[in-house]
Amino acid sequence: MHVSVQSEFFDFSAEIKNFSETLGNIGALVTFTGIVRGQKSNTLDYMFIEHYPGMTETQIKLIVEDAIKRWKICDVLVIHRYGKLEPGEPIMMVATAAEHRREAFEAAEYLMDYLKSRAPFWKKEVLNGEESWVEATSEDEASLNRWR
Amino acid sequence: MIDLIYFSWIRERIGKSSEAIETKAATVVELIEELKVKDIRYSEVFSDLGSFRVAINQELADFNASIIGAKEIAFFPPMTGG
Repeated sequence: MHVSVQSEFFDFSAEIKNFSETLGNIGALVTFTGIVRGQKSNTLDYMFIEHYPGMTETQIKLIVEDAIKRWKICDVLVIHRYGKLEPGEPIMMVATAAEHRREAFEAAEYLMDYLKSRAPFWKKEVLNGEESWVEATSEDEASLNRWR
Repeated sequence: MIDLIYFSWIRERIGKSSEAIETKAATVVELIEELKVKDIRYSEVFSDLGSFRVAINQELADFNASIIGAKEIAFFPPMTGG
């Protein structure tokens, strides 16, 4: 398991390459990268992500451990950023490695659903100096139900 | 003493990111009731239990959970990671 909570920019292609080099005999590698939507000074100046240092990494690891229990996956990579992010920058990424694609896809979706609603991050959007906290939606919560 | 930690709009509306308090409350709900009496900012922020979450010692918890012996209690809105 590789988990990183960081403010620094990351290059997802380099991260995938590094991750894949640590893996043994796998047949499937699924990756997801979340990117800050919007165009600068049009729909979004920047995004700011707050998190709960101390809890964030532990909570992500618990979510990953749950995924490892549920699916036959070989390894997992999670990177999640905090701090100020510009439109177009990567926010986070998930990679799951497995023998077969179904496990890798499902585990990646599970991780995404839980990271969205159970990892202690809070997004704020800033446009023309106006700040607004992104609100969690009922769809976010409902998407957890499919895994119960 | 228990450390209370606030995040996101809860931190902004209360006007501080953390504080250490003495409490006689045995559960999260009792603690919230104590805070609400303390100042109008708390009663506004904590008026709707559906609008925020709580973690005890950095683990997600229910509002009815015991806080006896807890070191750190955090209040925050539903998370928006990913």
